[in-house]
Amino acid sequence: MESTQNKKPTADKWHLTSDRPVFIQIMEKLKLDIVTGKYLPGDKLPSVRDLANEASVNPNTMQRAFSELEREGLVYTQRTNGRFITEDTDLIDLLKQKMAFDSISQFLKSMRQLGFSGEETLQLLKEALKEETA
Amino acid sequence: MSTLVTCKELTKAYGKMTALNRVSLEIESGHIIGLLGPNGSGKTTFIKLLNGLLTPTSGELYIKKLPVGIESKKIISYLPDQTYLNMNNTVKEVMDYFGAFYADFEPERAYKMLESLQIDPKARLKTMSKGTKEKVQLILVMSRRAELYVLDEPIAGVDPATRDYILHTILTNYEPDASVLISTHLISDIENILDQVIFLKEGQVCLQASVDDIRMQHQKSIDALFREVFKC
Repeated sequence: MESTQNKKPTADKWHLTSDRPVFIQIMEKLKLDIVTGKYLPGDKLPSVRDLANEASVNPNTMQRAFSELEREGLVYTQRTNGRFITEDTDLIDLLKQKMAFDSISQFLKSMRQLGFSGEETLQLLKEALKEETA
Repeated sequence: MSTLVTCKELTKAYGKMTALNRVSLEIESGHIIGLLGPNGSGKTTFIKLLNGLLTPTSGELYIKKLPVGIESKKIISYLPDQTYLNMNNTVKEVMDYFGAFYADFEPERAYKMLESLQIDPKARLKTMSKGTKEKVQLILVMSRRAELYVLDEPIAGVDPATRDYILHTILTNYEPDASVLISTHLISDIENILDQVIFLKEGQVCLQASVDDIRMQHQKSIDALFREVFKC
């Protein structure tokens, strides 16, 4: 139904598509920023308003993304002080693993669509990696 | 969070033609709401009723629990779909005019926006392009500290780069507890800044929902849903 291209958030820019909920896309972008170290454990997040302006989205939508991240434990609120990235590095590692597996399963899905078996995919992947490092 | 607009069974008929047919809805504070619908669906009629330019045929309409009148005009900042400014005036003159008219008008903000759009305050409106006139009007409207901004087609006549600037202006210039009601056909340009939409169809509300809920439920953009609902 939807192409997987251009949908991956990059580390520094907001690429929001219009066919999926904005708050989910914002969450994905912030998760990527956490995993790649743009935000370090314990870092303070910008305010809802500032980040909403930066991403050109409604502040309510940004607020919703923050609340969801908070529910998942990746972000916590310190009363009056603002919002901070979790200091639980195990949780961040876990998130990174999960994101890696998500990418892999998408990759495997598209390889299957192209008609490659698991064995063939692995073989091709090895060759591609060899070429990349060569 | 409070209720800014309440309407019950609101109806407006022009002779035999019913433009708005028993519309009941509420608009809460703190939202940016898209008022969407095809031509002739009643958008501008609804907006004119909100601003007291038309009187309802039947039904009730309250702005913060008060009927439409002087008090409601103090808190609503309205961008009409046609200009009412005197084209012989300079930008500065219309700024002064707005300042005299509305207690909540903040000239500093207006001049800052004019500067960033490189519009000369000494220029006369009639010497400006259509798009620049629209920018001036929007600057006037967004420089008030209103509780409800009602924008009828704010981005129709301007180029895409200016459209981005205008959306940014809207986003950065409303207070967190104010609401913005925007009527437009350019849904895809605007849908990321909306958090709610109201679909009008033949004078009736056929949908009022959160943008992200719609995307989640239908797995498509508001623009795509609009095209489906209003397919000709």
